[in-house]
Amino acid sequence: MSVAVLPYTVKPHPVTGVYSGKLGTWLFLASEVMLFGALFSAYVLLRVGAPASGPAAWPSHDATELSWKIGGFNTLVLIISSVTMVMAWASLKLNNLSKARMYLGLTVGLALVFIMVKLLLEYIPKFQAHHTPSHSNFFGLYFTLTGLHALHILGGVFVITYFIFPGSSLWKKDPEYYTNRIECTGLYWHFVDLVWIFLFPVLYLL
Amino acid sequence: MSGGHHDHHHDHAHHPELSFWRKYLFSVDHKTIGIQYALTALVFLFLGFCLMMMMRWQLAYPGKVMPVIGNLFGEGNMPGGVMLPEFYNALGAMHGTIMVFLGVVPMLVGGFGNYVMPLQIGAPDMSFPKINMASYWAFFVGGVVMLISFFVPGGAANSGWTSYAPLSVLATRGQTFWLLGMVFLITSSLLGSVNFIVTIIQLRAKGLDFFRLPFFVWAQFVTAFLLLLAFPPLEGAAVLQLMDRLAGTSFFMPEGLVVSGVPQAYAGGGSPLLWQHLFWFLAHPEVYVLILPAMGIVAEVIANNTRKPLWGYRPMVYSLIFLGFMSFIVWAHHMFMTGMGTKISAFFATTTMIISIPSVIILTALVISLYRGCIRFNVPMLFALAFLPMFAIGGLTGLPLGLPASDIHLHDTYYVIGHFHYVVAPGTIFAIFAGIYHWYPKVTGRTLNSALGKIHFFLSFVFINVVFMPMFFQGMAGVSRRLYDQTMYAHGDAVQSLTRMSSWGAWMLGLSQLPFILNFFMSLAAGRKVNQNPWEATTLEWAAPSPPPHGNFATVPVVYRGPYEYSVPGTQKDFFPQHLATEA
Repeated sequence: MSVAVLPYTVKPHPVTGVYSGKLGTWLFLASEVMLFGALFSAYVLLRVGAPASGPAAWPSHDATELSWKIGGFNTLVLIISSVTMVMAWASLKLNNLSKARMYLGLTVGLALVFIMVKLLLEYIPKFQAHHTPSHSNFFGLYFTLTGLHALHILGGVFVITYFIFPGSSLWKKDPEYYTNRIECTGLYWHFVDLVWIFLFPVLYLL
Repeated sequence: MSGGHHDHHHDHAHHPELSFWRKYLFSVDHKTIGIQYALTALVFLFLGFCLMMMMRWQLAYPGKVMPVIGNLFGEGNMPGGVMLPEFYNALGAMHGTIMVFLGVVPMLVGGFGNYVMPLQIGAPDMSFPKINMASYWAFFVGGVVMLISFFVPGGAANSGWTSYAPLSVLATRGQTFWLLGMVFLITSSLLGSVNFIVTIIQLRAKGLDFFRLPFFVWAQFVTAFLLLLAFPPLEGAAVLQLMDRLAGTSFFMPEGLVVSGVPQAYAGGGSPLLWQHLFWFLAHPEVYVLILPAMGIVAEVIANNTRKPLWGYRPMVYSLIFLGFMSFIVWAHHMFMTGMGTKISAFFATTTMIISIPSVIILTALVISLYRGCIRFNVPMLFALAFLPMFAIGGLTGLPLGLPASDIHLHDTYYVIGHFHYVVAPGTIFAIFAGIYHWYPKVTGRTLNSALGKIHFFLSFVFINVVFMPMFFQGMAGVSRRLYDQTMYAHGDAVQSLTRMSSWGAWMLGLSQLPFILNFFMSLAAGRKVNQNPWEATTLEWAAPSPPPHGNFATVPVVYRGPYEYSVPGTQKDFFPQHLATEA
C-alpha cells in the first residue's frame, strides 16, 4: 500500500457533491474543449483567409469528395455507442456486471466499426486519389482533425477494453468504485462522440 | 463531514517498507514528487543559465575565441572556438524554452506547488497520486527529448522560443524534437493542473473554507486553471506545426513562399499569423503562470516576517482571479507589429492596460503589508523584499510595450528583453530563492546557513541589475533582440560597452550562485537542526513534522481561523496557528 488513503475517491464530497475522479474528468474535458476549440478556430481562420482563386483556394463542396452518407453512418454508429455506454453504467447501478460487460463490449465493437469505416472507405481511397494532407489545407485539416479524433476513439477503446477484462476485478473489491470509473469513462466517451457531432457538419456538410 | 472521515482510518505504522524504486524514483507521495520536480528544475535552471552565459560571450566579444571551454562544442557549432550564428540561435531558443517550460514553471508549480500546497490545505496527499507521478515522468521525458535535440543533425531548435512560422517549419530537425518535447510537457502540465484543482476543491481540511486559504494556495489554484485551459491550444498548434513539418501540410505556410531564391514545395494558403495567435494564446497566460505562484511565495514570506496579517487579503484574492481571467484576452499585444489592424490593436491595448490594475493592487497590498510591521530581515525576507521593486520595474516598463504607438519603436529590441527578464529573473527567480530558504527547513528539518544566504542575496541583487538595467538603454538605442553581432550596425556598435557590461554582470551573477550551491548541499548534512515551526508561522504546513512523514499529519488537522493571524491583540505569542482552537 503505497498510496495514502484519500477521502472522496469513491464517495462524493458533501459540499461539492462529486467524487474526485468525476471532477477531474470534467476538468480534463474542459482542457479537451480548448484543444479542439483551437483546432476548430484554426479551421475557421484558414477557411476565411483562403485566397478566392488559385491552387490554394478553398475547395468547393463537391471537390472535397467527402460522402455525407459515410459520415452520417459513422455519426449514427457513435451515437449508438454512447447509448450502449450509458446502458453499461446503468447495468452496474442495477448490480449486473455481466450485462454491463456485454454493453461495454458492444461499445468497443461499435467504435471499431467506426474506425474501420473511416480507414477502409475514407482514408485509404483518399490516399489512393492523392488527396493526402499535403494536397491542400482542406485535406490537411480533414486528416488532422479526424485523425486526432480517431486517436481519442482508440484511447477510449483501450480504456474500455481494460475495464471489460482486467479492470473488472475491481468490481469484486469495491463495486461503487468500479461503477464510478465506468461513469468517468462514459463522460469521456460522450465527449469524443460530441466532437464528432461537430466534426461531421463542419467537414462533410458545410 | 459524514462522507469523508470513515475512509480515514489508516495507521501510518502499518505501511510496509517500500523498495528503493517505489520510495525515491517512482514515488506517488506528493512530497517526493515535489522534490523530484524541484531538483530537476534547478538543474534545468542552471543549464539554461549556462546557455545564456555562452551567448553573452559572443555578444560581448563577437567573433572572438571563447576561452577555456570554446573547443568543447565541436567544429559544427564552434569551429576554432568561435560561435557560429546557427549555434547562437539554438542557444537562444533553448535558453528561453528551458527557462520557461523546464525551469521556472516546474519549480513553482511542480516543486513548490506539489510539496507545499497539500500541506497548506491539510491534505494527506494529492487527489490523484499516480497521476501526479505520471505528470513528473512526462515532464522528465519532455526534458530529455529537448536535451537530445542538441545532438541531432542541425542542432537544437533555432527559431526562437516562440517558434514563429514559416521559419520554424523550414528549420532543421531540432524543431521537430522541440515540438515533440512540448507535447510531453503540455501533457505533464495538464495532468498536474487537473490534480491541483481537484485537490484544492476536494481535500481541504475541515474548517478551511476558501477565504481561509493561504494566498499561496490561491495562487496555485488560479495558476492551475491557466495551465489547464491555455496549454491545449499550444498542443493543437504543435500538432499543426508537426503536420506542416512532417506531412507537408501548409497550415502556417503562405502561398508562393520563396526562401533564398528557392520556391518552397507547399500548397500554400496557410497563415503564419495563425501560429502567432495560437502560440500567444498559451504564452500570455504562461507569463502569469510564471508570476502568480511567485507572488504567492512572496505573500507567505512577507506575512510571516512582518508578523502582521497581509493587508487586503480579500482584494488580493479577487485581483488574482481577475488577473487569471484577463490573461486570456490580452495575447495579441505581442503582435502589434504584424498588421492585424488598428481596431484589434486598440482592443488588446485596452485589455492590456486593464490587466495592469490587479497586478498593481497585489503589489501595493504587499508593500502596505510592510507598513508598521516588525520586520525580520532573514534571508527569505530579503529575497521577498527585493522581489517588490524588481517586479515593479518589470511591470511598469511593460506599459510602453502594451501601447501600439510606443511599441512600434521598442518592439523586438533589448528593451523587451530587459522588461520581461525583470519580471521573471529578479522577480520570479528571487521569489523562488525566497521559497527555497523559507521551506528548506520543512523539507529537510535543517536550515540553510544564513551568512552564506546573505552573501548570495546581496551579490545576486547587485549583479542581476547589472545584467538587465543596461538592456533598457540598448533597446531604446534600437538594438534588435536577436542580433548575433550588434557591432555590425553603427547604432549597435555605439552601445556595445553596455552589452559588455551586461555580459560581465551575467558571469558575476553566475559566480554569485556558488555560495547558494555550496549552502544547499552543505546544509543537508551540517545545517542547524530545527523544530517543526522554526519561523513561528501560522499556516498548516508548519503543523506537520519536518520533514512530514507519509500521510503528512500525525492527526487530521482542523482549521479554526484565517491564514495570517499574527500579533493578534490579547494573545501571548505573536502568532496564532490555523489549527489551534485555543492558544497553547
